[in-house]
Amino acid sequence: MLNPTDWRITMAGDAAVAIEYPPRIDPLISQRVVALAARIRAARHVGVRDVVPSYHAVTVYFEPTHTDLASLWTALEEEAELPGAMETPSREVIVPVVYGGVDGPDLGEVASFSGCTTEEVVRLHTSVLYRVYMVGFLAGFPYMGTIDSRIAMPRREVPRLSVPAGSVGIAGIQTGIYPMTAPGGWRLIGRTAVGRFDPELDSPSFYQPGDRVRFRAVEKVGAP
Amino acid sequence: MTTVQDRGRWGHQNLGVPVAGAMDECSHRLANRLVGNSSELATLEVTLVGPSLEFLAETTCAVAGAGFELWLDGVQVQTGRAFCVPPGGGLRFGRRRAGARAYLAVSGGIDVPPVLGSRSTDLASQLGGLGGRSLRAGDRLVVGRPTGRPAISGAVELPFRLPVGGAHVRVMNGPDRERMTPEALASFTQGRFTIDPDSNRMGYRLRGELLALADSSPLLSGPTPVGTVQVPPSGTPIVLMADRQTTGGYVRIATVISADLPVAGQLGPGDWLGFELCEHREAVAALIGLEQRLMHVS
Repeated sequence: MLNPTDWRITMAGDAAVAIEYPPRIDPLISQRVVALAARIRAARHVGVRDVVPSYHAVTVYFEPTHTDLASLWTALEEEAELPGAMETPSREVIVPVVYGGVDGPDLGEVASFSGCTTEEVVRLHTSVLYRVYMVGFLAGFPYMGTIDSRIAMPRREVPRLSVPAGSVGIAGIQTGIYPMTAPGGWRLIGRTAVGRFDPELDSPSFYQPGDRVRFRAVEKVGAP
Repeated sequence: MTTVQDRGRWGHQNLGVPVAGAMDECSHRLANRLVGNSSELATLEVTLVGPSLEFLAETTCAVAGAGFELWLDGVQVQTGRAFCVPPGGGLRFGRRRAGARAYLAVSGGIDVPPVLGSRSTDLASQLGGLGGRSLRAGDRLVVGRPTGRPAISGAVELPFRLPVGGAHVRVMNGPDRERMTPEALASFTQGRFTIDPDSNRMGYRLRGELLALADSSPLLSGPTPVGTVQVPPSGTPIVLMADRQTTGGYVRIATVISADLPVAGQLGPGDWLGFELCEHREAVAALIGLEQRLMHVS
């Protein structure tokens, strides 16, 4: 097993480099990725346009003709070498969810897949304090993990053309929340009023990489 | 289709916000230069079929990129040079001869409210531009206060060759190329692909030889720079373009170099596309060359 502190820098085309850790969903790797991304962002290197944390990599986008790649590369190596690269304390969010029915049309399928009752699926889904590993796919969409392996149903073969905003879904060992109405293939088990993407806000994405999220079953969307 | 575009919504991909922006940033910048705008101001990106526009006030305009016939009150005007539209003037895009996307710059820029620092229309997220959508008949657009005088009085050439029917673009190796079979890697650079009709600003779906994966075990989702060529398990590659999602989980076989993105942006459905491998050094040299030609057009 690769050590979570192992990393390497690779080119991703001529306008991005990635600092990559071993490719797995691992809270220790994610902590390093989130902390490193924050430090690189704060350093405001000349030419850098975007710093994007994902499960096991920090990708740094830059303007190729306005960037001294050799010195950026060295600076990134130095950042990655820094010891004790731990993230700042993260938020903990409780997300109220209405499970099943029209709000979670795939809850029955997930129950059949896992061989347990829908109540058991809800209990398993609400029993974990999840980590937001990354925000991607859609503006403000949190990739969270990891869910109980018994309910880890793969994505639908054919994605839905329209998934309502607030839908809570499962894709393998990940769970996520649609921040806007959009096409998508995750198995929908419930819906929440929390966490819409709003570009007018100072912090347009409700979820940030590193957040901790716990789901709570409620009777009505929007109920506290 | 016509949308408002600038150089893209950078700095928010960590929150999943796509970059969007002009598909051919080079022509967008050239059109802005022709009317004396900074390259940051928004233009109209005209795709395949152009609009008819009525100007309510005197406006300096220029069109760069795809070779459209342009008619100002029934008189033909050239692309690649600034011209003045009188109050009440009508500008109509006619037949398209080459390329897929033209950029109409107006002195002062198209002034829609910036969203997260950009006026670009992101159709998938319905962000920016005019209500996050393409223009419809009857829409009204506001023009910003002109910031400069037209910098160039004559006609200029594009700093790259406008594709007719298809083009080769240069790519750098992608991070997952070892997941492809050797035969697939060979087909990728030796074959020609055709851009599928259901391609759009998010990506070009390519028809041609299927590219087989040697390793189809799941990949963790990771960032997807513009120009990334993805290969899903079906074997039909997709070139990610301006409105691409910020992350994806398909095999990344290659990345189109920045210098050839404008050419790629000038391709449309039915055009062919071929790929040539190149090294990083060549990619940077090509981009510097393109920038120099763009700066010295006159």
